[in-house]
Amino acid sequence: MGTREFSIETQDLSRVFRVKRREARGQKREIVALDRASLAVERGELFGVLGPNGAGKTTLIKILATLLSPTTGTARVAGVDVVENPWEVRRHIGMVSGGESSGYGLLTVEENLWMFSQFYGISSGEAKKRIKELLEVVGLADRAKTKIYHLSTGMRQKMNFARGFLTEPEVLFLDEPTIGLDVQTARTLRSYIREWIDQHPDRTLLLTTHCMYEADDLCDRVAIIDQGRVLACDTPAALKRSLQGEAVFRLKVDGDRDLGPLFDGTGGVERFTHAARDGHTEIDLILADENALVPVLTAIQGTGARLLSLEKREPTLEDVFIRLVGRSLTQANGGGDEPPR
Amino acid sequence: MTARVRGGESWRSLRVAAWLGWQIESNWTDPFLFAVYSVVKPVAGALILVFMYLVVARGGLENHLFPYIFVGNAFYIYVGAVLMGISWVVIDDREHYGMLKYMYAAPLNIYTYLLGRGAAQTAIATVATTITLLFGVGVLGIQIPPGQVDWGLLAGALVLGLAALAFMGLLLGGATLLTARHNYFIGQGVAGALYLLSGVVFPLDVLPAPLQAVGKGLPVTYWLEALRRSVLGDGGNEALRSLSTGTVVLILALSTVVLAVASVLFFRWAERIAHRRGLLDMQTMH
Repeated sequence: MGTREFSIETQDLSRVFRVKRREARGQKREIVALDRASLAVERGELFGVLGPNGAGKTTLIKILATLLSPTTGTARVAGVDVVENPWEVRRHIGMVSGGESSGYGLLTVEENLWMFSQFYGISSGEAKKRIKELLEVVGLADRAKTKIYHLSTGMRQKMNFARGFLTEPEVLFLDEPTIGLDVQTARTLRSYIREWIDQHPDRTLLLTTHCMYEADDLCDRVAIIDQGRVLACDTPAALKRSLQGEAVFRLKVDGDRDLGPLFDGTGGVERFTHAARDGHTEIDLILADENALVPVLTAIQGTGARLLSLEKREPTLEDVFIRLVGRSLTQANGGGDEPPR
Repeated sequence: MTARVRGGESWRSLRVAAWLGWQIESNWTDPFLFAVYSVVKPVAGALILVFMYLVVARGGLENHLFPYIFVGNAFYIYVGAVLMGISWVVIDDREHYGMLKYMYAAPLNIYTYLLGRGAAQTAIATVATTITLLFGVGVLGIQIPPGQVDWGLLAGALVLGLAALAFMGLLLGGATLLTARHNYFIGQGVAGALYLLSGVVFPLDVLPAPLQAVGKGLPVTYWLEALRRSVLGDGGNEALRSLSTGTVVLILALSTVVLAVASVLFFRWAERIAHRRGLLDMQTMH
């Protein structure tokens, strides 16, 4: 890695949890949440970690934010080892976890944020100015004086988003910042994230998401992670380019059909996923080249299925994920829909 | 990093945490209702004690044991407030407010943060104790002539005792980091044991010898002894009568130092375990 300056650097970072077995009292089983993850994030980067639920994204952020010890490996944030000197790391970082409603309910939105800013030694006047600006950004300006137990979960999440940026940390960790938010708010927050990093080239932002659109749209570089392992790491464009030699198709056939065995035996099919939707089956195919489509269509026809539509697509990060993992992000997330764009 | 920077962070943590603690303790209602509550609660507590005393002891308020019990109970208000106040912050911040992980990821001194949060409870307990004592003097006729109070001893013992309670709170806070689900019971259990063994209501002399020995090992026992000597002129415990007031204060000071070292070491150990097991954002209760 030469002499380049990295804001975040991990080397073979692993985290194993030992949890009690329900079926056997006194025994424990090991869950590998992070498996020898090595990453290097440069100063000024907006770096994305894309992966399904349970991939190890939050574990990674917890270790980097000094909340969790790694089992093995090393991690440095702002040039400081997170295990050896966590107190120093904390002077350089900020963290926001999406999808949670943390905060002191008896304090107002403004008081919650002001209180937090004071722990960072920001002057009261400067803090109030920043709070005003950030509440405008997240659309909570009219709720500044509202005690937060009166706020919805989404509003609390917006307040916490503002808290992350309030202290203008050198390295900011955003763990699924838009999860559970409405489409418009998610869009607003994304554009603020991009704007913030562009205006603060000396800052670094690490964002985890299971939304491939978010990673594609926002991030300078993306690490794809699954079952604790970093499978690929590059710019979204380069990741998608890696599929350029292949052909990506989306087909719809009538009925709810299990076509897995069919594709397993068809030459030229690199990867595929299929899911039943509204009375038809949707199939995403990554083929070695376009010539492989004919035998696929012939095979489908042979099952008696009727082809409803056929679309050749530009590769997306979802396709990259399928190529690497063998299943789609949606499937890996347990069948949930892609979060709103 | 310089000691000055660390000192600045510690002071900031204490100051902001005290503000936060005060907001949480007082902000649940309007100021007038809070003031009424602050007065009524200790008076009601004192009346409950009086009725219990009259029914159980079947004695009059002029019995020499009554001032012993009353003063012990008045100062015991601090035990619940400071000890539980500090340790409860861990579970409250982690599981109720979901903020402990953000505090741990921030550049603050967790020790002074916890002490700061406990400061608000201490302030409220000071008001409650004062009201209780005034009620005892003004309404129940307990003799505490201001001219005969050893104010220096009272202030010194109070400060030392509060420090001891704060460190006990830190000790419990460490246990809370590891055993969230059971914290409430641990805290109640410790407070209950102190109530029984430290001579709050029963003089040490009435306890069986093994429990008396335990009581003599607790800083709270010497704290209450010193406080009673300062306001009543007599500690009331035959078992401690042979000790001079200076010795009582010395034992209190030394046991506070031992407690301070033990609680900080234990809390650090608990923090390391919590980091290792990922317990800083555990959700078990709320």
